Amino acid sequence: MQNSFGEPQTIVLLGGTSDIGLAIVRELESAALRHVVLAVRNPDSAEAQSAAAGLRSPKVEVSVMAFDAVLSDTHSAFVDSVVAAVGDLDVVVMAFGVLGEQSAFDADPASAARAVTVNYSGAVSAGLAVAARLRKQGHGRLVVLSSVAGERVRSSNFVYGSSKAGLDGFAQGLGDSLEGTGAKVLVVRPGFVHSSMTAGMSAAPFSTTPDKVAEATVKALKSGARTVWTPGILRVVFSVLRHLPGALFRRLPLG
Amino acid sequence: MPQVHLSRLAGWGRTAASGARLLPVNDGNVAEAVRGAPQRGALARGLGRSYGDAAQNGGGLVLRLAGDAGAALLDVAKREVTVGAGVSIDDLLRVLVPQGFFVPVTPGTRFVTIGGAVASDIHGKNHHVEGSFGNHVRRISMLLADGSVAELSPTLRADLFWATIGGMGLTGVILDVTINVIPIETSKCIVDTTRAHDLDHVMTLMEEGDDRYRYAVAWIDLMATGRHLGRSILSRGEHATREQLGSDHDGPPLEYSPSVLVSVPPIIPFSALNRASVRAFNAAWFRKAPLYRVGELQTIPQYFHPLDMVGGWNQAYGPRGFVQYQVLVPVGEENALRRVVERLATSGAASFVTVLKRFGAANPSPLSFPAPGWTLTLDVPAGTSGLAAMLHELDEVVLDAGGRHYMAKDSHTTPDAIRRGYPRLAEWQAIRNSVDPEGVWQSDLGRRLGLIAAAH
Repeated sequence: MQNSFGEPQTIVLLGGTSDIGLAIVRELESAALRHVVLAVRNPDSAEAQSAAAGLRSPKVEVSVMAFDAVLSDTHSAFVDSVVAAVGDLDVVVMAFGVLGEQSAFDADPASAARAVTVNYSGAVSAGLAVAARLRKQGHGRLVVLSSVAGERVRSSNFVYGSSKAGLDGFAQGLGDSLEGTGAKVLVVRPGFVHSSMTAGMSAAPFSTTPDKVAEATVKALKSGARTVWTPGILRVVFSVLRHLPGALFRRLPLG
Repeated sequence: MPQVHLSRLAGWGRTAASGARLLPVNDGNVAEAVRGAPQRGALARGLGRSYGDAAQNGGGLVLRLAGDAGAALLDVAKREVTVGAGVSIDDLLRVLVPQGFFVPVTPGTRFVTIGGAVASDIHGKNHHVEGSFGNHVRRISMLLADGSVAELSPTLRADLFWATIGGMGLTGVILDVTINVIPIETSKCIVDTTRAHDLDHVMTLMEEGDDRYRYAVAWIDLMATGRHLGRSILSRGEHATREQLGSDHDGPPLEYSPSVLVSVPPIIPFSALNRASVRAFNAAWFRKAPLYRVGELQTIPQYFHPLDMVGGWNQAYGPRGFVQYQVLVPVGEENALRRVVERLATSGAASFVTVLKRFGAANPSPLSFPAPGWTLTLDVPAGTSGLAAMLHELDEVVLDAGGRHYMAKDSHTTPDAIRRGYPRLAEWQAIRNSVDPEGVWQSDLGRRLGLIAAAH
């Protein structure tokens, strides 16, 4: 159960090697934290084990559990097994996603469908499974990593962008459906984030870092907000971009 | 089956709410309601004056037990009253005071239920001489997890009796209680007020003089720093006799009609209480207090329940709410108390009402909070930057000094802090498990602080 300062005792990170996800876990650390669960496709990988080791401390137990976003049939059972291991879920962060490359998607349409299955369908079944548990507990927070890429989809990566657009709508609807239950959803919309996912890409304007995203996320969690843009200025930027005529939008060098 | 509502429930600090099925019940149907409890269990909730999550049960059942003060049975000869657990101290006083009696212990608000008073083992300004509420309970009638109703007293199932006092509602639903009552001649108190120029001064005055009075408490201006650190107003008193009332008083000596002067509207989107406003208020209140005044007559609401004058005062803290921090520092550890006061004062955290009280002897309850020493109580807006880290830091100072937290006020501390502060926790858990092996009684506080194992 989180305390009056919004400090959780238990955090679950779906996508346990995500740079942003791990930054959020670190930002949520406090004297109250007891358990962190990193949910990853391959628990034995060096990446997963080193992420866990980085968080482990005398007071905080970190477990690495197998979770595959694509296998929707397993998601409800997965949530049950996490609860059996660590008790109530205070904060769950959904941080898995595939960025991919538009040209590769163009050449291999099936790979695009697989990518959006992770980004959208997997998030739908995982999100619903988590929400069912939060509803049962009467408390808890689900953080969904959306993206400004979904706010107005660009041709530079419209497979990713459209999957985020879908995810954003799903997360908002889920948040509304949890109204009055004691549980809440926070939709995080980062701009371009310098991370391992975007390594080698040229940054878009108003870019940010995993730590800054984490800071904005935790601040929003504590204030009870339902959505947060990071950096904050993107809220204004996109309210303009959203209404730009298509001819102009297509000409913008947005990265 | 009575109507069930899904409600968001929080404590008086309006932080960390959770959703539960809230069910109004009475003596007649409470057992049946509990039988229908989901996996997350059931908990009785009084008037929600615990500051944190003691009276809420996320995903479970929360019971509001009806109370009828009119059905209270006052035995004048034995000086005791038997009253339903759902009755508030406010309602009970309206019955008792006109008949020349007072409750043995009252906290700073009269809007707590008798059941809550027992479950939190509340204390008041007279702890140093008369102990806490549990010291004055003669008998408890309680619904157990198996549906049976048990009679408990210091000589009948004493273990369970003392485990229920201070047991945070986690041993059963208290149905009715028999308590001592104190005879009074008038509905006024006679009060001596003194200003102390710093913390050492107020502590010395309290150590030297408290025991001459039934009621004693100090209010500290936490915004004062440097050589004014801990400047306070010490207020000590007793129920006034007819003689002390004098000839120039209005109305019958036992007249009692407390009222709420004004209410804070429920929707304030910001906190009206910030450093500037609190500093200004504290300074004005401190200057207004007499340097030294004896024999002042105050009404019961004025002396015991000043905060109740403003209805819904917790709303003034806005949507982020506030936390109340109340700790015990044992006798001999005054340096730790000094460190805590200093740290709080220099941090500039806006504490509106900060109370310092000397405690007397503890009672036999394993989870009771008071023990010989000092208790400091303060309120701070929950959104105050750096507050969480500072309170965790202060927790270590308090725990290292052998102190502990008051669970009826707590909204932030850890299972570790409770294990360290309450050495008889395991003993309490064994008693609870013996009457509730399936874990029917659950609460958010119980889960957060590790008092009970979560049933998932």
